[in-house]
Amino acid sequence: MSFESERLLNSNAVNLKPSGIRKFFDIAQQIDGVISLGVGEPDFKTPWKIRQTAIDSLQNGHTCYTANAGLLTLRKEISKYLENRIGVSYDPDDEILVSVGGSEAIDLAVRAIVSPGDEVLIAEPSFVCYNPIVTMMGGIPIAVETVVEDEFRLTPERLKEKITDKTKALILPFPNNPTGAIMRREDLEKIAKVLKDTNIFVISDEIYSELTYSGKHCSIVEIDGMKERTVLINGFSKSFAMTGWRLGFAAAPREIMKHMLKLHQYSIMSSPTVSQYAAITALDKCLPDIEEMKNEYDMRRRFVVDGFTKLGLTCFTPQGAFYVFPCIKSTGLSSDEFCERLVQTKKVAVVPGNAFGQSGEGFIRVSYAYSIHHLKEALVRIEDFLDELDSQKDSEK
Amino acid sequence: MDTLLKLLKTDARLSNAELAVMLDKSEAQIKEQIEKYESDGLIKGYTAIIDESVADPNYVTALIELKVTPQSQSGYEKIAHEIANYDEVESVRLMSGGYDILVSVTGTSIREISQFVSERLAAIEAVTSTVTHFQLKSYKSNGVIISEEESDERGMISP
Repeated sequence: MSFESERLLNSNAVNLKPSGIRKFFDIAQQIDGVISLGVGEPDFKTPWKIRQTAIDSLQNGHTCYTANAGLLTLRKEISKYLENRIGVSYDPDDEILVSVGGSEAIDLAVRAIVSPGDEVLIAEPSFVCYNPIVTMMGGIPIAVETVVEDEFRLTPERLKEKITDKTKALILPFPNNPTGAIMRREDLEKIAKVLKDTNIFVISDEIYSELTYSGKHCSIVEIDGMKERTVLINGFSKSFAMTGWRLGFAAAPREIMKHMLKLHQYSIMSSPTVSQYAAITALDKCLPDIEEMKNEYDMRRRFVVDGFTKLGLTCFTPQGAFYVFPCIKSTGLSSDEFCERLVQTKKVAVVPGNAFGQSGEGFIRVSYAYSIHHLKEALVRIEDFLDELDSQKDSEK
Repeated sequence: MDTLLKLLKTDARLSNAELAVMLDKSEAQIKEQIEKYESDGLIKGYTAIIDESVADPNYVTALIELKVTPQSQSGYEKIAHEIANYDEVESVRLMSGGYDILVSVTGTSIREISQFVSERLAAIEAVTSTVTHFQLKSYKSNGVIISEEESDERGMISP
C-alpha cells in the first residue's frame, strides 16, 4: 500500500494556491537575459553603520536567544520610534514584539484574532500572504476592492458593504503594495467611523510607512478609539533596506499582545539576535539614511510614472511604497497575457496585477527599486513591446 | 551638494527632460540652473569615467610628491601651472603637509612615467625632490566604484 500523503495532509494547506507572483517568477527564470522590474525589495545595501553593529555583536559573542519579545533595548527604541513618528505610545514591556520580518507579525496577529468561520476583510489589491494565512486558520477571506477612481484608497462605502455579523477583522495594508496608494488622516477617520461601534479588529500592515512621498504617514492607531482594536505591524526590511535580516515588529494593546507573544514563543522562541542588535543602531542612528533612500525612490517614482504616461498607459501616481501600478486595459490583453508576452518577447519581467487579488486584473505591478539606468532600459523595451502590439492590431484590421 | 549636481556627478548623460521629471522642475528651470553652474565655474565640464586598464593592461598611473622651493613673487603658482601644461599630467594640487605639490601622471608604461619624472619634473629648478608612487589598482574613481561589476543579488523571491 502506498502512502498517500496528499490525501492525508491538512486539506487547507493542500488547497492553498501557489502565489501568483511566484508562478510568474518561475516563468521569467526560465528565460535568459531577463531584466526584472519584479522584485519587492530595496536595491540599496543596508547602511554600513547597521552592518558594523552586527559584526560587532558577533565579535562580542552575542549569540544566545534574547527575551521572547525581543531585546528590551530594541523594544524601547521601537516604542520611541512610534511615539516620534505617529505620536502613539506603546509600552516596551508588554505591548511590543520583535518578529521575524513583518510577515511573522501578520501571521501572529491573524492567528491570535481569527477563529474558524470568521470573516476577514482584506483591502485588495494587496500583498499576497493575508489570504492564505486567514484560510489556514479556517477563516474566510473577503476582498474589499479598492479602485483607481478612488486612488486605490479604501472607502467607507465599500467597507460597509462587506461587513456582516461574522466579520472579525479588517486587514489594512497602506502604503500599499502593489498600488502605491496611501490613506490620509481624513480617509482613516472615515474608516474609523464605520468600525467604531463594531467588534472588528484591525491589522494595520504599515511596512512601507517610511516610504510616503507627499506629507507624513498616518496610522489608524492615531484615530480616536482605534488603538484598542488594532495590531500595528511594521519592520526594518523596506525602510532600512534590511530584507535579509528578517526583522519586523508588532505593537498592540497588552490584552492582544500577550496572546500573540505565546504564539511567537512556541513557534519562533525569539527573533535573530544579531539582527536585533543591528536594528537598535538602525533606529538610533540611521533615520537620516532612510530619508536619503526615500529621496532617491521619489526621483525614480516620478521618472517611471512619467515614462508610462508617455507610453500611453494610464498610471496612477503612487504616494507610497516603491511600485507603480499602470493600467494595461488599453492593450486589450489580460494582465497575465501582457506579462507573459512582455517577458517572452522583450525580456522584461513585471508582475501581473491579478496576482494581488482579482481587482488587480488589468494592471501590472512595476517595482522601481532599481537604478535610473535600469529603469530607462526597461522602459525602452516596454515601448518596443507596445509598438509591436499596435502594429499587430493594425494589421489585423 | 544639491540634488541636481549629485545626479549629474553620477550620470552626466541624463537629459534635461529626464532631470526635470526626476526633480519635479520644468525643463527650462533645469537648463537655466545648469547654465548657471557652468558660468559660475561650479561645473567645469562633462567627462566619461574610463577604466584605462581595461583597454590597455599596461596602463600606469602614478602619484608624484614634489618638494618645491617657492619663487619670489609667484610662490608655487608659476611652477604648478608649468607642470599642469604637460599632457601626461592628469592633476596638479598644492598640498599641506610633508611635501608641496601632488601630481598625478598617466602613461603606457612604468618606463615612460619614470622618464617623465626624471627628465621633466625633477629637471625643474625649483623642484628639490620627488617621490613617485605607482598605482597598483583602482577601486573607486570620481565617486564611482570601478573595479568590480556590481551584480544584483536580489533573486526573484516572493511569497
